[in-house]
Amino acid sequence: MFVDTVIEDKALHKPAFLIGLSLTVLAIFFALNFTNSLFGEFLRPVIGDPTESGFFGRFAVSLVLTIIFVLNLFAISFFKLKVQVAIVWLELFLLFLAFAYSFDLKMSFIQSRIPLMITRGLFTTIYISAISIVLATVIAIIGAIAKLSNNGFAYAISSFYTSLFRGLPLLLQLFLIYKGLPQLGFMVDAVPAAITALSLCYGAYMTEIFRAGIQSIPRGQWEASRALGFKFNLILRKIILPQAVPIIIPPTGNQFIAMLKDSSLASVLGVWELMYLARTLGQRDFRHMEMLLTAAMIYWALTIVLEVIQARIEEKYKQKS
Amino acid sequence: MMDTKTNIPNNTEMTPVISLKGVSKWYGDFQALSNIDLEIKLKEKIVICGPSGSGKSTLIRCLNRLEAHQEGTIHVSGIELHERMKDIDVVRQDIGMVFQSFNLFPHLTVLENCMAGPNWVRGVDKSKAKERAIAMLEQVKIPEQADKYPEQLSGGQQQRVAIARSLCMQPKVMLFDEPTSALDPEMVAEVLDTMIELAKSGMTMICVTHEMGFARQVADRIVFMADGEIVEQNSPEEFFNNPQHERTKVFLDQILK
Ligand SMILES: Nc1ncnc2c1ncn2[C@@H]1O[C@H](COP(=O)(O)OP(=O)(O)OP(=O)(O)O)[C@@H](O)[C@H]1O
Ligand SMILES: [Mg+2]
Repeated sequence: MFVDTVIEDKALHKPAFLIGLSLTVLAIFFALNFTNSLFGEFLRPVIGDPTESGFFGRFAVSLVLTIIFVLNLFAISFFKLKVQVAIVWLELFLLFLAFAYSFDLKMSFIQSRIPLMITRGLFTTIYISAISIVLATVIAIIGAIAKLSNNGFAYAISSFYTSLFRGLPLLLQLFLIYKGLPQLGFMVDAVPAAITALSLCYGAYMTEIFRAGIQSIPRGQWEASRALGFKFNLILRKIILPQAVPIIIPPTGNQFIAMLKDSSLASVLGVWELMYLARTLGQRDFRHMEMLLTAAMIYWALTIVLEVIQARIEEKYKQKS
Repeated sequence: MMDTKTNIPNNTEMTPVISLKGVSKWYGDFQALSNIDLEIKLKEKIVICGPSGSGKSTLIRCLNRLEAHQEGTIHVSGIELHERMKDIDVVRQDIGMVFQSFNLFPHLTVLENCMAGPNWVRGVDKSKAKERAIAMLEQVKIPEQADKYPEQLSGGQQQRVAIARSLCMQPKVMLFDEPTSALDPEMVAEVLDTMIELAKSGMTMICVTHEMGFARQVADRIVFMADGEIVEQNSPEEFFNNPQHERTKVFLDQILK
């Protein structure tokens, strides 16, 4: 990407834009009606009982919210980019916490269940995802090469495979493997079934990513290699793949992140991974929200870890070139 | 410094290194080459020229079978190039090729570009390959760029690396497909100088180029093509001073204007 060297005036510093923004935000807040929320409660001294405050109350709440919102944006606009990012992240995170807090969570309940969530749930989730990621990558490399080959069988099999496994919902694949294979005489446990389904499904998506990555390498690289007398396997391994990998990494990282969360589908087979525990641990005590939010935070944290790893790898390749 | 593995039989001055008989090629319905007869002897320097689309690239790319011909025969050092041949890679290892767009490997350093061929397919060990790469980079006068990546070099430098990369394979023949047409004018000379040096060293060379000064100085024979045919071939002197065909005259008028 290219960031232009000429700095334009900030939109937020133009009165016309500020007024337009304020009116739009006001309209949205008014439409959403926050009178009965925490904000209405804060304004009780002014508008009286929020539920009884009618049009005036609703308008006052919207107006106050709009002023806070726009002033906040205006203030942030004076900071440097990095600081802006940090502030906005923090604010959004606080909003998310406020959302969670609004459920009147019982922290002691979370604390008592979290060890099991982690030792059993998180462990199983990571275990399933990690194996699936490795298997899907292997499948994708083979699938991509098969799709690019002149061998009729290889092409037919790999294109049939990607078509089928991209064409069925993952949940359906999961059931087909778990319930179908035993009827053919292969007993499969829930965890291997989940790993198989995830690997095959994501292997199919990643086959296409790898294929496109390999094909994006200019023809001249093949020609120069051929002219030197290199054979197909050598060209692929030493010339094409090393150049394709940096192109493949971002979409592959995306797939890994998606797969991590789709491992939650294993919960329908009764596998004790994060999602399953999140749904069941809170059931008896009617503490659903506590467990769901805890699982949410764990998934999110895992995703951030993957994002950081991906960014590191991308950075490494950027330095090299 | 001969490779332990010599792939194709050595030639005497008499037998042609490359010979084409009645070669024709089609892209779909379009005939790109028709009935080409051509013989190139050891140490001969051939320049191929002709208007755009006349089939020069197609012809030169048939010589190491980057393109397939459909009729006629092509022999390289006595080995016929055809669809079902087993040892095309072995033949290619003895034919260097330099492209208009350089086609260096961007993920390898200049040195690694030059070491790759000998080390990966010629069975030359790393230290020998490195020695040879440095020697060739010296020959093309850029030993100091050895540890850079291709994109850090100018076009002229990249093309000289590409020449060095081919030379590291110790080829019997070098093919050039418009090696200077992607270059800025001030870089053309450095690449041509390298090619002239190479010619002096006795390399067999087939060059598609519009650099008529180079052709005059280096070529033993100039082959003029139009519409997929060889219209005429002659020594530079005859070719420039006494062209036989109308199309040659028109072409020379345009290019020497
Ligand atoms: N892959 C291809 N498919 C179809 N037609 C092609 C292909 N490659 C070349 N041609 C056609 O064959 C003819 C000869 O092409 P070629 O590249 O050999 O010409 P050239 O003499 O090298 O021209 P230039 O000086 O522009 O490089 C042209 O008319 C071109 O359009
Ligand atoms: Mg051409």
